[in-house]
Order: sequence, then structure tokens, then C-alpha cells
Amino acid sequence: MTSAALALPERTRLQAVSMSLFRYLPLVLLAIGWELTARFVFASSSALPSLSQVAAAWIELVKDGDLITHGASSLYRAGVGLLLAVLIGAALGIFMAWWRPVNIALAPLVEMFYPMPKSALIPVTVIWLGFGDGSKILLIFLGCMLPVTIGAFNGARGTDRALVWSARSMGAGRLRMLWDVVLPSAIPEMLNGIRTALALTFILLVTSELIVARQGFGYLIGYLGNNGSYDAMFAVVLTVAFLGFAADRIYQRLMQRILRWRE
Amino acid sequence: MAGIEQAENARGSATALEPEQSAFAFVFRTLCWGAVRSLPIVLLAVAWEVFARSGAVTMFQLPPLSAVLERIWHDAIGGDLFINTGLTLYRAITGFLISMVAGVALGMLMSRSAIMRWFFDPIISVGFPMPKIAFLPIVVLWLGFYDVSKISMVVFDAIFPVVTATIAGIAGIERELIWSARNMGANNRELMWQIALPAALPQIMTGLQVALPIAMIVAVVAEMVMGGYGLGGAMMTEYRFANSRGVFAGIVEIAVVGYVLVKGMSLLRRRLLIWHPEASEPTTV
Repeated sequence: MTSAALALPERTRLQAVSMSLFRYLPLVLLAIGWELTARFVFASSSALPSLSQVAAAWIELVKDGDLITHGASSLYRAGVGLLLAVLIGAALGIFMAWWRPVNIALAPLVEMFYPMPKSALIPVTVIWLGFGDGSKILLIFLGCMLPVTIGAFNGARGTDRALVWSARSMGAGRLRMLWDVVLPSAIPEMLNGIRTALALTFILLVTSELIVARQGFGYLIGYLGNNGSYDAMFAVVLTVAFLGFAADRIYQRLMQRILRWRE
Repeated sequence: MAGIEQAENARGSATALEPEQSAFAFVFRTLCWGAVRSLPIVLLAVAWEVFARSGAVTMFQLPPLSAVLERIWHDAIGGDLFINTGLTLYRAITGFLISMVAGVALGMLMSRSAIMRWFFDPIISVGFPMPKIAFLPIVVLWLGFYDVSKISMVVFDAIFPVVTATIAGIAGIERELIWSARNMGANNRELMWQIALPAALPQIMTGLQVALPIAMIVAVVAEMVMGGYGLGGAMMTEYRFANSRGVFAGIVEIAVVGYVLVKGMSLLRRRLLIWHPEASEPTTV
């Protein structure tokens, strides 16, 4: 595929580049507008640092290693929490679709806890597990599990009956069927649930670190803001926002690739 | 394995019996089913109470449910509960209504004008997946600690699903509908208000159903970070005083308010879309 793209005539490639430039031009305009507003309208105030100041502060933060160490601990928490949520949430959802008693026992609980704002659990996770990684991982796990569960449940429940019957008639055991028929049919919806969970991960991570933490992006944002170094604070905020955006885009690409077998 | 077959058998016999069922039997069955459905919640409540009193955890780690309910009762008698709930709801719903009006308007503008679409499309598509809560300290820096900053934060977060749903809804309208309206002499404005908006309403409602919990969550989070009154702020105050009964009471209150909002929204959807064949809820938020 990449070789095909390279083989494109020079003009179409140029066209494609200029098309995407044109598409994202408004963002460039916004950035220029920001720079100008900060320089000429709010020049006397530190509440709106210009984009160039923010960029300089960002480079400084990276050089210091602050951004890297805090970022690493944030990403570690996010990764472990999300991984646990995906593993346990998916297993739970498929199990609920697979075996009716489990569904009867768990569906009311899922329905009750799903609309609950999970950020409200921040103080409790701290009471249970303290200020460190544990409380953030628990929070992300609790907050991200239900979207995955519901996705997996809907996906598995929507398994094509004909597939189940053919597998059964070909002598597949129940476990075999779970693995070969139900799980693959649950994947598309489950992946959608995981996308919701991915977005939630960043939200819960930043919120919990803003409120109680001694490390991580959220803590760094709060710390810099309290010190009045707003240019650095803006740099961290934009970094987090960009990471959230990039994670979503990368995940979408990955999802398309995983789902390629489904015509 | 035996379980699923039993359940299927039970279902099969129930449907076979249905035609000759009396009204009494129907009510009885509904009641039984309701009891079965609420049983897990009751069990969870009992387990909480028993576990908290068993001595395995301290009162600080997990106060018994009865103590938490007592605390909520006291909040309710003292009036704090209503002040805090009212404030949180005021912030969440004001922000939600602003995002509803502004989001639908922006979506309609973007569907109509190519320039608006060109300008806002990348902003929406980049902004939607961002964790916008990270901008909270900046909003506080600019707008202070009061309601304006909390409501702005709610709007900033809740407007995205409304805009995208409006655009998708208008884009999905059947061509024939628009052609017929044009044939019958509708002008652009009539087309927008009388044809496009009602036809896009199911999608817009879906967007609003996504936006409402977001509004609630952001209002609570903003209160938690900034402190002060409101359900989130009151809970953080209790947390700072290491009063875990108050913290758990806050969680229960927030969960109940969130649940009621979400359920209310899906009821509203069913009422508003009673004319529409698609009156089902979205499966995920």
C-alpha cells in the first residue's frame, strides 16, 4: 500500500498535501490569532502567554525532564488501569451475554452504576489506596470497565444465530464456540466500547491528578498554575490535550486494521 | 450450561402461555420480575452493610450503608442536600442548555454554509477527542472560581456531541423529503426549521443524551477541583476533614442525581420522538 502511494504521480501527491493543508488551515489561523492576541491585546497580563512563549516553556520542561517523569507516571497509571478495565470488562460482558443467570445478576448493577459520574470516586480511591499510583489505577479501572462491558455484551448478544447453529452442527463444544464464534462477533462493538474507555481514561487521569496527587500531568498543571508560571502550565495542558487526541486517532487506525477481516 | 437451557425453557413456556394469561397473572409476573431485577441491588446493599460491620475494614475505610443513609437524611433535614443538589443541577443544566442551543445552531450553520464548515470542521474533529477537563485550570485563571467558569467548562465539554449529532442528523435526511419541500415552495428558512430540524431530531436527541451526562460529570468535577458549594465541592470538603461518612454520602447523592438525569432524558426522548419509528435509546454513551 505504501509503495502504491509512493508511485502516485507527483501532482496528485502535491494535491493531497495541499488538500489536507487547506483542511487544517483553520487551526493554523487559530494559532496565529492566539499569538497576535497574546502579544498585542493581553501583552501586559501573564494570564494569556503567547504561543511562542508556551513553546519555549515546553522545550524547557522537556529539557528539565519534568515533563518526561511526570508524563511517564501518568501514562503508566493510564495504561495499567485501562488494560485491567479492558480485560475484566470484556470478560464480564461476554460472560453476561453467554450465560443468562450472570446477566440477571449483573445487569441491574451495570445499569445502576453506568450513569454515575466516576470522578466522584476520587476521594474514596484515595481513602482506600493512598496518594500514589494505586488509587489512580483503581479509579481508571472502575471508570473504564462499564463501557467495555456494555460493548462486549451488546456485541456478543448480537452474535449471528446461524453462525452458532452451524458451529454447533459441526460439533463445536461450548468453550470452543465461545472462543471461535462469540468472541469474534463481540469484537467490533467491544472495540467501540474501548474507544469510549480510552477517552474516559484521560479524563479520569487528569482529574484525579489535579485533585490529589504528587506526580503526573495533572499534578504538574496544578503545581505550575499555583506558582504562576502560566506559560509552562499551558504547555502541559496542551501536551495532555494532544496526547488524548493522538491516542484516539491511533486507536481508530488500529481498530480499522483489526476489523479489516470484516468486509 | 444447565442454567441457560432452563432459562430458555422457562421463556419458551411463558410465551406459550401468554394468550390465556389473566390480568392478575400479568401484574403478578411483572412484580416478580421487578423483584428479581432489584434483588442484586438489595444484595449489594446488604453486602456493604455486613462487610462494613464485620470488622475487616475500619469505619474510615468503609462506613456502613446505614450510617451513610443517616448522614444523607441529616443533610436533607438541614437543607444542605437541596442547596448542593440545586447548585450542581443549576450549573450542569444551564451549561447543558447553552450547549444545546449553541450546538444545534452551530451544527445547522455548518450544514448550510461551506465556509463555516471549513472553519469549524477541523476544530471539532480535533477538539472532540481531547480531554478538555485539562483546560480547567486555564478556565479558572481566566474566569475565576465562580459559576461562570464552571458553566463555561460544562459548555466547552458538552457542546461537541451536540454539534456532531446535528451535522450527522441533517446530513442523513432523505433527499426526497427536501425535494418535496422545495417543490411545494419552501424557502431556505422554512426548509431548515420545518423540515431539516424535525427530521434530524432523533440524531440530535442522541447527541443530547450523550451531552447530558457529560454536563453533569463536568459540573461535579469542576466543583471538586475548585471547592465550595455543590455536590462535588461539599464532598471534597468532607474529604479534607477526613469525614469518610460525608464522602460516601456525597458519592451516593451524586450517583442518584446522575441516574435520575439519565433516566429522565431517555423518558423525554421517548415522549418527543413518539411520532418517529426509531424511538429506541442509544446503547452506549
